Parts: sequence; structure tokens; C-alpha cells
Amino acid sequence: MASTDHVTTDSAPTGRRSLDDRAGRLAVEDGRLLVSGDWVLAHHGALKDQVAAHRQAAGEPSADQAVDLSGLTGLDTAGARLLVALVGAEPMADVRQWAADLPRARQALLETVARVLREPLEPEPSPRATLTDGLVDVGERVGALWQQQRLLLGFIGLTLTTLFVNLLRPWRWRLTALVSHVHQTGLNAVPIVALLTFLVGAVVAFLGATVLRDFGATIFTVNLVAFAFLREFGVLLAAILLAGRTASAFTAQIGAMKANEEIDAIRALGLDPMEMLVLPRLLAMMIVLPILTFIGMLSGILGGALVCIFMLDISATQFLTILQRDIPLNHFLVGMVKAPVFAFLIAVIGCLEGFKVTGSAQSVGEHTTSSVVQSIFMVILLDAVAALFFMEMGW
Amino acid sequence: MALNMADTDAVIRVRGLCNRFGSHVVHEDLDLDIQRGEILGVVGGSGTGKSVLLRSIVGLKRPDAGSVEMFGEDLTALSARRRSELERRFGVLFQRGALFSSLDLQENVALPLMEHAGLTRRDAEDLARMKLALTGLPPNAALMMPSELSGGMIKRAALARALALDPEVLFLDEPTAGLDPIGAAEFDQLIMTLRDALGLSVFLVTHDLDTLYTACDRVAVLSQRRVLVADRLAVVEASDDAWIRDYFHGPRGRAAAWAAESHTPTTSGENT
Repeated sequence: MASTDHVTTDSAPTGRRSLDDRAGRLAVEDGRLLVSGDWVLAHHGALKDQVAAHRQAAGEPSADQAVDLSGLTGLDTAGARLLVALVGAEPMADVRQWAADLPRARQALLETVARVLREPLEPEPSPRATLTDGLVDVGERVGALWQQQRLLLGFIGLTLTTLFVNLLRPWRWRLTALVSHVHQTGLNAVPIVALLTFLVGAVVAFLGATVLRDFGATIFTVNLVAFAFLREFGVLLAAILLAGRTASAFTAQIGAMKANEEIDAIRALGLDPMEMLVLPRLLAMMIVLPILTFIGMLSGILGGALVCIFMLDISATQFLTILQRDIPLNHFLVGMVKAPVFAFLIAVIGCLEGFKVTGSAQSVGEHTTSSVVQSIFMVILLDAVAALFFMEMGW
Repeated sequence: MALNMADTDAVIRVRGLCNRFGSHVVHEDLDLDIQRGEILGVVGGSGTGKSVLLRSIVGLKRPDAGSVEMFGEDLTALSARRRSELERRFGVLFQRGALFSSLDLQENVALPLMEHAGLTRRDAEDLARMKLALTGLPPNAALMMPSELSGGMIKRAALARALALDPEVLFLDEPTAGLDPIGAAEFDQLIMTLRDALGLSVFLVTHDLDTLYTACDRVAVLSQRRVLVADRLAVVEASDDAWIRDYFHGPRGRAAAWAAESHTPTTSGENT
């Protein structure tokens, strides 16, 4: 293209000063429109004002209007768009006839832009939101919430059926996948669970000591720590940590597979994604969460014990004696019995959100967030209900 | 155009380029010129570093050795500000479009116009709609989100964004990959029309033999870590390198050559 007339697009500030003298201009002389200078993006604002002023004075562009483009020194698509607005799309499409001396490339550019602008380009404006739209939105959200819960219940049912069918067929158990998930979700989570519960244990002991000191009952800090961690905090903290750490991982793993059509590939090969993907994750979670809960309880009580020993002058022997004498076993059982239920819920929500992913990476992100929020919400809600129940039962 | 390229009108000049990933050498002492106003097709087997070459030229990857000059300036040696100015003079169409997924199409195209050209949102979106129409998208596509689009529409919208600032050089990374033959042929035609109308120089990485035969003025073959040949198609075809022979004289190559000869009169500007 050695013959190409190079289209000036230089918008670099260093070149702007010299460009300013060549800025595009519009003038009317003996009824002829004189277009001159650089009609480029850099001067878009000023040129647009000139075109708008002319259009206001002269009205709609007509085909009879004589236009002289011979003074044009630079042109790009932005300038061409303005020239088409000035002259009109139809006359500009025939630019070759009335501006034959214009370089070939500029004629081509003007023609191309004029062709595009023949059709109106304004998209349909979106209708204004009204009160009804707000109500519709609320209705749709409630409906979606209901659908969501139905879907979750359906998925729980499907998981349970697959689980029972598989329990009877030990040769189809996927032990490798199970062990791998136990490693990822369990073993790798031990340090963070232990550290967090330890810290919370220490904090609870401090809080208890501060309040109980006023009553001269500092010694009851031991009961407080043990009671809190055995019944509630051990399982709750472990479950919330796994909801953040593992539910999101499940959603992201399955979601990425869904986006990559791997789930479809599993189905097309005649395999069952529930059996291959959901069961190992679910079982791993149900094995791991009780163990982590136990670790959390020990670690939390240890945190409380250290505060008692070093800050409150309660000796280790005394601490253990009180623990053994005053805390019945049923508190431990109340805590532990919740762990598999929470584990089941977290795993099911994590997997279900993964299956809901549609195509894009953005969708993976949205569903990962949603799975964490939902599983933490469900864990805390269920824990509150369970606390009421156990309290009423006197367990 | 003379067979022996004079350096005078090269918009991009790559000299002695080396790229390594660990011990794996992708490019070694690679030279390549892109002339003003030409469509240069870059071909090569999988893993010969076509995309890496593109990324080194546009400055997304710092080469391990050698220089890349664009408009006579070394992109890697410039200050951030000067570099940003230079970057506005070229547009890149990434392999999978790389449209911003949180913006609709007209916002995608309007973004560089607002950021760099200082246009108001109204003006920028008006221009954006024109650019979208220029690439052959219907008016109602302007308000669609990238996730609602088909592969061909994504390519067109991404091209519109690459053209937003009226670049002088356009980099296209496999623009017709994943399009149906009709869509691919339309896209080839679109690139040629835009090249003629906007005076673009185009760096086109492709696997598509039809694109090479219909759209490209020159073809550069990447093989054995460097550019084996960079010349008009007829010259490249006649090369006696084994890979080039297999590539152009295999069944697909022959079919594309036959299609180009029998259906389209020579379209590239040079040969007329």
C-alpha cells in the first residue's frame, strides 16, 4: 500500500501544539461549506460544537448543499463521523462524485462511515423503572429464594439416594478421591483451625475473668471456657472455617469443570457426576469436620487453660480437676453430634453452587461467593435452632 | 513493493529478538519488519511462539535480548508516560476477545475514548456505536454484555475496541479461529476493508490458510526459533523448507490456494 495517504491520528501531546494550528475548521463562503484542517479525535470537542452550531443555523443537511473538502489535511473515523453528521449520510456515500480530488483512502473512509451511519445507531432506550418494577423485582427475588431452597432440598435428596445406592456397592467406592479430599480439606486445615480456636479460647478466658472477677468467681472461668468450647465454639468455629475454606473450593473446582464442559463430558461417558464428584467430597467433609471439631475443642480449652494458668493463678492441676469434676460428658456429645450435620450441609451447598455455574469465569466467582455466604448462614442458623432444642431438652 | 524490503517505511522493526522460558528457547536472533499499510500474516506450527512474538512487540513481554522498535522507538526503554502515548497508536485484538465482562459493548469501546481522548460519555458512546456498526454488529448489540455474545460477535466487538483510538497498527491474534467459514470469510473481508479505509498496518497471527491467501500482502513463517521467510505468498510457497512445503502444499493448503485463485481476483493492494 505504498500509495496509502496516511491518515493522521497523531494525538500525542508533544505534537499537539503544531496540531493546534491545523485544527479542523468549518466556514461558509458563498453558500459553500468550507471544510479544512485536521478532522481528528484530538479536536473532537471543538469540531462537534462547530458542526452543532452550523446544523442549528442551517437546519437538516440537504443533498444540494455544496461542500468543499479540498482543505482537509487530516481525517480519522471520529472526524468522518462528524463530517457525515454535517453533510448527511446519503450525500456522503457518493463522496467520490462530488469530491473527486480527495485522496482515495479518505474517500474510502468517508464512504465506509457514511454507509454505517445510514441506519440509526441509537439502541432502544431501556424503559424507566417504576414502582411496579420494584414490586416485580421483590416478587422475583422471593420466587428465586423459594426456587433455591427447593433446589437445595432436591439436591440433598439426590445426594442421599446416590449415597445409599453406593454404600451397598463397595467396589464402586472411590477411595483415592476420598483420601485426597480428606487430605486437602482436613489435614491441611488443622493448623488454621487449631490456631484460631486457641486464640478464641484465650479471648473467652480473658472476657470471663474480667466479668467474673467482680463477683469473686474467677475460678468459674474454667467452666466458661470448657462449656463454650465443648457445646458451641469448637464445632461452630471449625464449621465456619471449613465453610470459607472448603465450600468455596468445592464450588470453584466443580464450577471450573462445569465451565469447561467437563461435567458434560462425564455424563457423555456414561458416568455419574454425583458419584464421581459429590460423594467423595461429601464423605471427606463428614469424616473431617468431627475430627477438626475435636481438635478445635482441645485447642480452645488449651488457650483458655494457658490464660488461667499464667494470668489468673489457677494451676494446671486445678484446671484439669475442675474440668473432670464439673463438666459432664453430654456437653461434648452435644457439640460433636452437630459436626456431621454441618459437614453435610457445607459440602452439599458447595457442590450445588458449583453445578449452578454457567459458562463464564465471572459466574464461577459469583457462585463461590454465594456458596460461602449460604453455608455460613445455614451453619449459624442451624446452630441457633440446635442450641434452643438442646436447652429445652435439658441436655 | 520491492522484494527486497527497504527499512525506510517499516512501522515495526524487530532485531535480534530472543525469548526464553527457563531453558526453553522460543526465539533466537529473530528479525522482522512490518511495513506501513501492509497486512502481514504470521504463521508457524503450534508452539513456535507466534503469540509470544506478538506479546513482545506490543510490550506485554520484555524480550530477553534484542530490540523492538515501533514507530522508530524502543517501547521497553521509554518512560511510562511516553509509552502510554505510543500504546494509543496501536490496537490489539486478543485471541479470545478479552472484552471487559462487567461493561456492555458500547462501554467497552467507549472506555479508551473517554480515558485517552477526553471525550464526554455521550460523545464516546456515540462514536463507540459507530465503531461497532463499522465492524458489522447490529445496533441493538451496543447494550449487550460480552457474556451474551457468540464467538463471532465477540471478535467483532473486540476489533471495534482495538480500533477505538484509530490506531495506525493493528495486532490480531488468530482473529478467525473458532469462527465458521462464512464468518471467517466475512472477517477477512472486514479487515481488508478497514485496512483500505483507515490506512492500517496489520500484524495478523493466524492458522487459517484462507485468511493467508485472501487477506495477507506478505507472510512471515516462524520456524526453528526465527523467521524463516517473510515475503509475498508466491515466494514463500516456493521455499524448499520441509515444513513450509507441508504447510502450503498439503491438502488444505492446496484447497485454499485453489479457492483464492478461482473465486477472488487478487485483492491485496500490492499486486495490482
